[in-house]
Amino acid sequence: MSASAKPIANTRAGTGIPTAKLITWWVIASEIVIFGGLLASYIMHRLGHPEWSEAASHTNTWAGAFNTLVLLTSSLCAVSAHKAADALDGPRAAKLLRLTALGGLLFLTIKGFEWTKDIHEGFVLSSGGFWSFYYVLAGLHGLHVLAGMIIMLIVAADAAKNRELQRVECIGLYWHFVDIVWIFLFPLLYIAR
Amino acid sequence: MYERYLSAASTYAHSVDHLFIVIAALVGFWLIAAEIMMFVLIFKFRAKPGRPTQYITGEEKHLKRWITIPHALVLLCDLVIIVGAISVWYDIKQNFPAADETVRVIGQQWAWSFQQAGPDGVMDTADDIRSVGELHVKVNATYHFDLISRDVVHSFAIPAFRLKQDALPGRTITGWFRPNKVGTYDIQCTQMCGLGHGLMAGRIVVETPQDHAAWLLRNTNPTVAAAQPGVPASGGKMTMAEARR
Amino acid sequence: MSTYAVVNPHIEHDEPGMFKKYFWSTDHKVIAMQYLFTGMAMAMLGGFFAYVFRMQLGFPNHNVPGYGFVTPGRYNALVTMHGSIMIFWVAMPVLIAAFGNFLIPLMVGCDDMAFPRINRLSYQIFLISAIVLLSSFLVKGGAFGGAWTAYPPLSANGNYNLTPLGSVLWLVAVALEFVAFLLGGINFTVTAMNSRAPGMKMYDIPLIVWMIVLASVIFMASAGPLIAGAVMLLFDQTMSTGFFDPTRGGDPLLWQHLFWFFGHPEVYVVLLPAMGIVAEIIAVFARKKIFGYKTVLYTTWAVGFLSFVVWAHHQFVAGIDPRMANIFSITTLMISVPITEMIFLYIATLYGGSITLGTPMLWALGFIAEFLIGGVTGIFLGSSGTDIYLHDTYFVIAHFHYTFVPIAIISVFAGITFWYPKMFGTMLNETLGKIHFWGTVIPFNFIFIPLFITGTAGDQRRVYSYAQFAEQSRPALQHLRTTSTIALLVMLSFQFVFLFNFFWSLRNGKKAGPNPWRSATLEWTVPSPPPHGNFAELPTVYRGPYEYGLPGRADDFAPQNIPE
Ligand code: HEA
Ligand code: HEA
Ligand code: CUA
Ligand SMILES: [Cu+2]
Repeated sequence: MSASAKPIANTRAGTGIPTAKLITWWVIASEIVIFGGLLASYIMHRLGHPEWSEAASHTNTWAGAFNTLVLLTSSLCAVSAHKAADALDGPRAAKLLRLTALGGLLFLTIKGFEWTKDIHEGFVLSSGGFWSFYYVLAGLHGLHVLAGMIIMLIVAADAAKNRELQRVECIGLYWHFVDIVWIFLFPLLYIAR
Repeated sequence: MYERYLSAASTYAHSVDHLFIVIAALVGFWLIAAEIMMFVLIFKFRAKPGRPTQYITGEEKHLKRWITIPHALVLLCDLVIIVGAISVWYDIKQNFPAADETVRVIGQQWAWSFQQAGPDGVMDTADDIRSVGELHVKVNATYHFDLISRDVVHSFAIPAFRLKQDALPGRTITGWFRPNKVGTYDIQCTQMCGLGHGLMAGRIVVETPQDHAAWLLRNTNPTVAAAQPGVPASGGKMTMAEARR
Repeated sequence: MSTYAVVNPHIEHDEPGMFKKYFWSTDHKVIAMQYLFTGMAMAMLGGFFAYVFRMQLGFPNHNVPGYGFVTPGRYNALVTMHGSIMIFWVAMPVLIAAFGNFLIPLMVGCDDMAFPRINRLSYQIFLISAIVLLSSFLVKGGAFGGAWTAYPPLSANGNYNLTPLGSVLWLVAVALEFVAFLLGGINFTVTAMNSRAPGMKMYDIPLIVWMIVLASVIFMASAGPLIAGAVMLLFDQTMSTGFFDPTRGGDPLLWQHLFWFFGHPEVYVVLLPAMGIVAEIIAVFARKKIFGYKTVLYTTWAVGFLSFVVWAHHQFVAGIDPRMANIFSITTLMISVPITEMIFLYIATLYGGSITLGTPMLWALGFIAEFLIGGVTGIFLGSSGTDIYLHDTYFVIAHFHYTFVPIAIISVFAGITFWYPKMFGTMLNETLGKIHFWGTVIPFNFIFIPLFITGTAGDQRRVYSYAQFAEQSRPALQHLRTTSTIALLVMLSFQFVFLFNFFWSLRNGKKAGPNPWRSATLEWTVPSPPPHGNFAELPTVYRGPYEYGLPGRADDFAPQNIPE
């Protein structure tokens, strides 16, 4: 079928939940188990290695805290974007989505500065258990932020023309998830001593 | 019961074998019952002209019984098996009888090496007896072993003893065995450990106390024994097994 | 409701070009075929590997015809690849992806998968993963040989496994395969949940659809931790981190837990679709409603749940806390209860039927008969006491081949012979089919019964030759190994009957017609092969999938889409 024409299968909703939303939940669920596996491994190690808290003390708690703030506010934008979409105001939704993406960008820039500092101080991926987890966990999360931003800009482009507005809510859901993951990472990587 | 293929040379070998037989009897019964039932039904209800198929949902009480009752009985069998399994496991892996001797077992790519206290009866002294690929033990003596690995995961297995335990780098894992039959038996490595995994063989020689004493004597180097204890054992004398490699 | 009764717009339109049709299509049926044929090719490869290392075991240190001399290194690589291929590149693509893609839209009565382009993407990623895996044979050092379980530190460190590139490629391939099936799972689940024909209620869904959906969910829920583990292992291999390196604060056991937390559910991920196929076939050929359809589903859910709490039965002697073994021994034996019930329900379905033994039915019954053996031998391993001895012996090998071969070979043949008419519009040759059945199932037992004996006699796994082991190299045992190898040769030779039948019947098989087996489910209400878009008019469902022998009807079955 021509790629644009949706199959009828896609338009049905036997569960009452639109397909687009179901797929979002599926993606989030599979992400939860992935991060869950990583976090569980990290916590196990952390409990087994009290000495890691020394390494952890080198992380910049303030940068982490500020980033938490950034993500939370961007999530707020995502929510209002969803509201706008429900009100069928595509352009406004697009604007708010782009704002959300901007939040993501700010988050990544701050991370960038943090990491360059860490690396200059000689803390790299392979300088010990804590740092390995630190970079892998935060890095994987960073990739999700990046992916979320890109999808969000695509959705925004459609929304601006009042197309595929149902996607605004889905990308919002995903963004909240990315946000929540960080809510877990921040205390575990920065605060736990 | 494996006797035909493999001798049982440790105190707990038979309890493993007996558990195996109990399980075989229980599940064997159900296996055969299920297979027979299936083939009987296939034959009894083969398509016959003029015999329509019956409409059965499986909710009917008098038919459901045929599922629920066996179901309960299988659960019962499971419980029996669990009790047997745990009791055998407990004896082998959880409560160790007091040790007469202790031996350190070291796995590395791709050989087993062993360290036993020499005449002074203390580990890690100059007169320790180290051997590669061949472990000599007294019959009817309880041995505790400390299992370590120098590189990857290996698995210390003595089929004739029904003994198996993985060796992990960075940990010391303890276990026990009590040989009760004189003879020479295989030591296997049963965990994939790289290129030479299939070559990582060893032998365990179970000998009478006299022979064992003699072997001890043969393998303790008097000069080393004389040297004051405490000095790190600079690789004590090796057995014939060395030459074999 | 009525809004759905519109004529399907996508039905039969201008034919796209060759490439677009077979390689770039988003049609679920084409994608199903892509998965099926890729899986078949990989199955032949995995079978060939089995042939090579079995020859080495049966006739040690001879040149293997068609391969050459089997060195220890090559042996390890062959075994590792055989295992990985058969599970990840045969069982999963054929059972879940091929049948799932082909059947789900047809059986729930809609025109395609909910997300056709994601579907296409999932196959393309799968294909890439297969290519990556096979390319590892060509790189310096050769393919990974550290077993399909890839325990670190061996798998993490090139100095230990001597295949620094092969091990990385293996890991990447597996990770990609996981991504492919996470994407595939989206479609199976969403389509079955959302895109059902109007009137098809939860308990009107054919069992195979249920099974594939539940399998996808179990896979999704269990794969995550291993993906996380794969990331860590990849960094250990390439970035010199120490996640699994004890000298650097890591822990090798962590990988084992992550692997088996996935690995055990995985075996039920492939078991369930096989059970589904068998259910469909038994119902049709016994002209019977499945005995206790709902109970089958409840047991499936129970299995799905329990499968997450038994993983450490693979690690009884791996150095975990011995007290933990007792708990896992109990859960492991508990999981046998729902499976027992499921199988008993299938057998009970035969009661009161009017059974004809067509080739698909032979395969289906063969599955039950053989799987029972694999199942009960799992109990010996589940009981911690005996597993101390049996762990990593050929008893384990025989156990899981008695489960895997019925699943990935026997039930797959059952499914292929059953849905072949729908897939290609012609019938397979029954005589050849029966020859292939007996020629596969009888030798199969002669391959693995001897391995049960060598296993109980202490043969350890993943060993290219027993020359080093006095007890193992006695003639009595070597005879058994040789018997097993010869039986394999017989079994493999009979596979050519199947391949011939398969391709010959495409042209020369007699026309099937829409419903050759007089089955009640929706896929049989459309022409064979189904046109693009499946249904000329999208169906509405009025009853369950297995209404055979309904009293007071002329016909002995009631199709799901017929009113009254
Ligand atoms: C799809 C494949 C599949 C299936 C379905 C199963 C099913 C089961 N498996 Fe198996 N297993 C594997 C594939 C599978 N397994 C693989 C691949 C390995 C090796 C991995 C590796 O190391 O490489 C393995 C290894 C393995 C081990 C680890 C062995 C070791 O390495 O030491 C254990 C231990 O508990 C085990 C147990 C079981 C049990 C209890 C079941 C149960 O689900 C079986 C339940 C079914 C029945 C019990 C039969 C029907 C019941 C009756 C006829 C009634 C009578 C029964 C009783 C009275 C209890 N399996
Ligand atoms: C689905 C899983 C699966 C299947 C089907 C098989 C099939 C076979 N396996 Fe394998 N095997 C494993 C999974 C599987 N195996 C795993 C996981 C391991 C462990 C690896 C490890 O230790 O790391 C293993 C290990 C293993 C060993 C142990 C090696 C060792 O430890 O040293 C042996 C030894 O005999 C063996 C033999 C065989 C044989 C003779 C077959 C025969 O049944 C093969 C017959 C071949 C065919 C029938 C293919 C024919 C194909 C076609 C005709 C195309 C059409 C078919 C389809 C579309 C399906 N296998
Ligand atoms: Cu050491 Cu295998
Ligand atoms: Cu398991």
